[in-house]
Amino acid sequence: MSALTAAVSSQSTITDAAEAVAILVLLSEFAMLRAALSRSQVRLYAFQSLSVSALAVIVAATRHIGDLYVLAGLSLVLKVIIVPAIVLRLLREVEGDLAGSHRLGVASMVLLAIALSVFGIFVVGTMPIHSKSLPVLAFAVAAAVILVAFLLVIVRSDVVSQAVGFFSLENGVSVASLVLAAGLPLIAEVAFLFDLLVAVVVFGVLMRVHHGRTSTLSTRTLERLRG
Amino acid sequence: MSAVLVAIMVIPFAASLACWWAPAGLAKALTLTAGVATFGLAVGLVSSGRVATALSGWLRVDSLSLVFLLAVGFLYTSTAVFTIGYVRPSGDPLDAARYSRRFFSGLNLFAWAMAMAPLVNGLALLWVAIEVTTVISALLVAIDDTDGAIEAAWKYVLIASMGLSIALLATLVMYYAGTSALGSSYELFYPKLLGAAHGFPPEVVRLSFGLAVLGFGTKMGLVPVHTWLPDAHSEAPTPISALLSGAVLTISFYAILRFYQVTVRAVGPAFPRDVLLVFGLASLVLAALYLASQRDLKRLLAYSSVEHMGILAIGMSFSAPVAVVGVLLHVLAHAAAKSTAFFGAGSVIRKFGTKELDRVRGGVGALPWSGPMLLLAVLALSAMPPFGIFRSEFLIVEGGLRSSATALAAVLVALVTIAFLGISWYASQTMLTPLPDGVLRGETSNWMVGSMAIGLGALVLLGVHPPAQLSELLARAASELGTTR
Repeated sequence: MSALTAAVSSQSTITDAAEAVAILVLLSEFAMLRAALSRSQVRLYAFQSLSVSALAVIVAATRHIGDLYVLAGLSLVLKVIIVPAIVLRLLREVEGDLAGSHRLGVASMVLLAIALSVFGIFVVGTMPIHSKSLPVLAFAVAAAVILVAFLLVIVRSDVVSQAVGFFSLENGVSVASLVLAAGLPLIAEVAFLFDLLVAVVVFGVLMRVHHGRTSTLSTRTLERLRG
Repeated sequence: MSAVLVAIMVIPFAASLACWWAPAGLAKALTLTAGVATFGLAVGLVSSGRVATALSGWLRVDSLSLVFLLAVGFLYTSTAVFTIGYVRPSGDPLDAARYSRRFFSGLNLFAWAMAMAPLVNGLALLWVAIEVTTVISALLVAIDDTDGAIEAAWKYVLIASMGLSIALLATLVMYYAGTSALGSSYELFYPKLLGAAHGFPPEVVRLSFGLAVLGFGTKMGLVPVHTWLPDAHSEAPTPISALLSGAVLTISFYAILRFYQVTVRAVGPAFPRDVLLVFGLASLVLAALYLASQRDLKRLLAYSSVEHMGILAIGMSFSAPVAVVGVLLHVLAHAAAKSTAFFGAGSVIRKFGTKELDRVRGGVGALPWSGPMLLLAVLALSAMPPFGIFRSEFLIVEGGLRSSATALAAVLVALVTIAFLGISWYASQTMLTPLPDGVLRGETSNWMVGSMAIGLGALVLLGVHPPAQLSELLARAASELGTTR
């Protein structure tokens, strides 16, 4: 009996932990949205990626899926170390951090983000999705992260924020993948990560070329093509 | 059979690697050879009529994927021919050599990624292949290093990648839908998914399909998520514009069809058809309006692509199987027609040094071959007989009438006519006016003319008398889509 109680209580502790980490992922998305400096956005992205890796480890341990440890390790190396390093190096080279590329005031931005998160969480709540690997809240949070990432890309007018917005969108999808597809074959997951790496390199090349032509990281010069 | 699939996978990739080191002349020959070989191998698969698999099931070509493989192979070949004339040494020889090396290597790699999309088995690898086409083509869009090219490449890679993230989410949701029937760990192979699809939870499949149309629709250029498309098509080098329009958009449509296949089996045809109808109508209406007011030759063709993607989506929303056959024929005919039009636009831009429609006059006088052929390509795009698009749109409208969607078929014809008015007005303004003084008569490259002749030849073949084996292939592919059930 006591063993059963212990099992149940450890199960609920793990659920609580998973929910807390999932909420950290969303909070770091909010922080990225309002962070003034590109450099702090990149660091927040690294922190968010670290939380996603932690979530993967939790799922790996509770569901006994060995592949997920590999995935957590790979995503740690790629998203916590390599991607931030690439972007931070670019920022050091171009000198002069771009501050305040917000198209909206911070208050209205955060309000919009809250509204989007609530919308995402409620919409996902209506879906008949039950996961054995993570609490469904994690999927709701993933939806909120994805929506706020879109907002980030829309309201920030510099290439670094937009790139970080895309990378963090991918973090949201990673959380969703832990909830929905924990058993997805490792080869597919590795292919997804490899794709992200290629995308990061291409984003980096284009950011560098853009800066080389216009001596700015702002996207306000990118408004000629219309109609 | 399996050796053929492996060969299609290896040849363009090997050509890309070889072009990185080869001198320009050899790179041109290699690219053309790889294109012809890829197309030839795909044509060879048509006659077998069986599903081909390789690499323990990771590569799989059925009739549906073969239709798209044919489109990619054909465009690879005709673009290779065009590019031989397009990439010319100019300015500093070192820079020119570097440009040509990057261009040919990139072109082959781009073609490889596009060929991989219909070649791979399963939704996960399909997504990977399509994302790879995005990142490679974004670099190719930016290769001319102009302000416009960088802006277009940035918008393209950002918007398309974010759209594809939604498509990845759709793939994961579909995976979740499958876990109820297939267990918690399985490959997303098509036969497995299709076999078990009737037992998938309907709400989850609907969510997945909606996300897939939104996500892959971004890459396909469906309104309102088409915004990258006119920029990328107009600022990219012409061969890349042709590949983007003829192959990348249709490959994304292929991905939507793969989701459609599963969704039809899981929740019936009504829901996927409604979703495609909404996006298709929006695309057709907006494109028809934009086609009436353009200043840029390549943007005009880009909006024509939005129009044709809308036609594909609407065609899928008709329930009669004949409409689906029309849609698949349209994929092939649009690839041939749009690439021919872009090649013609490339010749015009080279001749007049501008792509502004106001400044191009007397095109037919200046370009004795590619001028008239561009006009023919525009007529083909507007569904004039005897070209392939006439036949395919005829089948689609016939399908609409047979599925008693008469009003919708009428709207389709009306919107296509409005689009025709816009595009033909600009075509006659630029091509059929007197040649201004100072512009010399003559073609810039015979290779560029040849590529257009290939496209028009294919269009006439598809329009007048499509080969019997091709018709059978289209019918098989339509039945694989689940339309005859």
